[in-house]
Amino acid sequence: MTDDRRRVLARVRAALAPLRDRAPMPEYADDVAFARDVLDGRDLVTAFVERLTDAGGLAFVDPRALGAWLVDRGARRGHCDPSLVEALRPALPAGIAVETRFERARIDDYDFAITRAAGAIAETGTIVLGDATTSHRLAALAPWIHVAVVGRSTIVARVVDALRAAGSDANVVWCTGPSKTADVEGILVRGVHGPGEQVALVVP
Amino acid sequence: MKGPPLERYAAAQGAERRDSVRLGSKAGHDARSVAFARDLSDPDGLRVLAGRIKQHVLEHLDTYLDQAERRMTATGAEVHFAADAQAARRVIATILERRGARRVVKAKTMVSEEIELAAHLEERGIECVETDLGEFVVQLDRDRPSHIVKPIIHKNRREVAATFEGHGLGAYDDTPEVITRRARAFLRRKYLDADAAVTGANFVSAESGRIVLVTNEGNSRFCLAATRCHVAVVGIEKIVPTDRDLAVFLNLLARSATGQRLTAYTELIAGPRGPGQPDGPDEVHVVLLDNGRADVLSGDCREILRCIRCGACLNVCPVYRQASGHAYRSVYPGPVGAVLTPLLAGRRLTGWSDLPGASTLCGACHEVCPVDIPIEELLPRLRARAARERAPASAAGIGAWSLLASTPAAWRAALAAGALFEALPASFRSRASGPWGEHHDPPAWRGGAFRRWLDERSRGGA
Repeated sequence: MTDDRRRVLARVRAALAPLRDRAPMPEYADDVAFARDVLDGRDLVTAFVERLTDAGGLAFVDPRALGAWLVDRGARRGHCDPSLVEALRPALPAGIAVETRFERARIDDYDFAITRAAGAIAETGTIVLGDATTSHRLAALAPWIHVAVVGRSTIVARVVDALRAAGSDANVVWCTGPSKTADVEGILVRGVHGPGEQVALVVP
Repeated sequence: MKGPPLERYAAAQGAERRDSVRLGSKAGHDARSVAFARDLSDPDGLRVLAGRIKQHVLEHLDTYLDQAERRMTATGAEVHFAADAQAARRVIATILERRGARRVVKAKTMVSEEIELAAHLEERGIECVETDLGEFVVQLDRDRPSHIVKPIIHKNRREVAATFEGHGLGAYDDTPEVITRRARAFLRRKYLDADAAVTGANFVSAESGRIVLVTNEGNSRFCLAATRCHVAVVGIEKIVPTDRDLAVFLNLLARSATGQRLTAYTELIAGPRGPGQPDGPDEVHVVLLDNGRADVLSGDCREILRCIRCGACLNVCPVYRQASGHAYRSVYPGPVGAVLTPLLAGRRLTGWSDLPGASTLCGACHEVCPVDIPIEELLPRLRARAARERAPASAAGIGAWSLLASTPAAWRAALAAGALFEALPASFRSRASGPWGEHHDPPAWRGGAFRRWLDERSRGGA
């Protein structure tokens, strides 16, 4: 294996050796790939909600509206991040059972999961999750409905800003709308392996 | 049926398959066009920039590989190098066997197709299940993917439904929703039972050592949420200099592939799971694969290594649309495959020499390429190479001709003797002039006409 390391690096060096001028790294501005119109006269929350909706997701700013929607969708049982449950319990109707544990052996028993987002990206309508903030990777993925609680102040404008904010978290995941496929005849189907409903609850 | 292999494959397509590919690729191209026009103020400027960044990486790959290795190691990942497919398979099998892994889930990765990993693991008694819906269908059918992003673009829903029925995944139902639900239920158990996950990587940041994986289905995320060991197989050309550059590439990749702003699941992975996180790998391996890439780097088509596998050039290509991906007979179909496949095959084009010809050189692939690869300039270089490789076969003919052409007396005699050709029976003449002669009559012999004209002209003293 170290042999292979030496061989590969030697081959690459040999391949590049005859090049007299090597292409320099181009300089470019941070907003080069930025869809500028997204923030025209709007705040980050409005832009994020619009783009999340474009991507097939859904956003709430009122926890009680979220609770009513969960009932409407037939949700009866779900997981909630232990650090959020106290704040959210009053908003969730009595008919909904909430567990703060997430058991791998019963992943199909959870109709929904509420987890904490690390942030969000306005330009793309993306919910940002991380190992440090997500109670269980599986909880944010396996149930049909995933609700990410997004703090208003954690929403950034651009993809490039979110890359800067990634820090040293071992696993940063950007969710842009529900899990989806168009593999069969190009017809869009939601909820392939992950959530069919990707929801953001934007909180102060 | 005559002609090069690609043409034979193309001609053998049924109408149904041809429709599937044509409609699917057109839909992909239309979605891309809408997304580029809608969101980006200078889409072409962005493509050129991305191409320049990738070209810079390629031409400094020695330093970037070294840096990426160090940074990935610092995140807690174990980095391996593999000179070729065999070495990569051996490294991966060793990792899995050391953990006693019997069951592996795999997210869609072109490079694992390239090294035929799944078949190799199955031979060693390790179950290897494809989790991308399209790849799963391909695996059940023992078929091959025919598109980089849409593996079953060549199949319609009836074929997929029949496959599911044949494999005990429910009674025949060709509703895409039903097919997807059944795959969800079946594959969920596979993830949870798996001992390890194999993925590719779309990018590696040399700055942070993060590897970046994108999927729309969330299957790679499930792989990395349910298992304890992650093996990523990555071509050495996948590096970008800094995290900031990822913004350029991620913004281009999804829009080019499917017209989305971002792919639904984008994972930025820095080693094993974080502290306090109950789910995810405690062991992360990255296998950096050469398998011919350094050779490509040494040649005059190295731009092809910028490719980020979006599939936009397939979707727009008039030849791909008619021929379908299988006609290219390799993991990488379409315009990018017509360049990359022969190059990765080694020093000689041999069995792939028809691929560089599978293009009208219209340049549509270049116009849509998110990393601005001038495919229509690379293809003629490969065509010339194919022609040079064919040349030795007719070396005797060329030798005779050059002797003739450099000896005036012999040349004059040949010019006169050429007229005898017309005295031969027509059937013999057409055979001597090759396939062209099957449908054409050779023109009347005019050998020596110029000399006669010149002689007359000098005699006339005009």
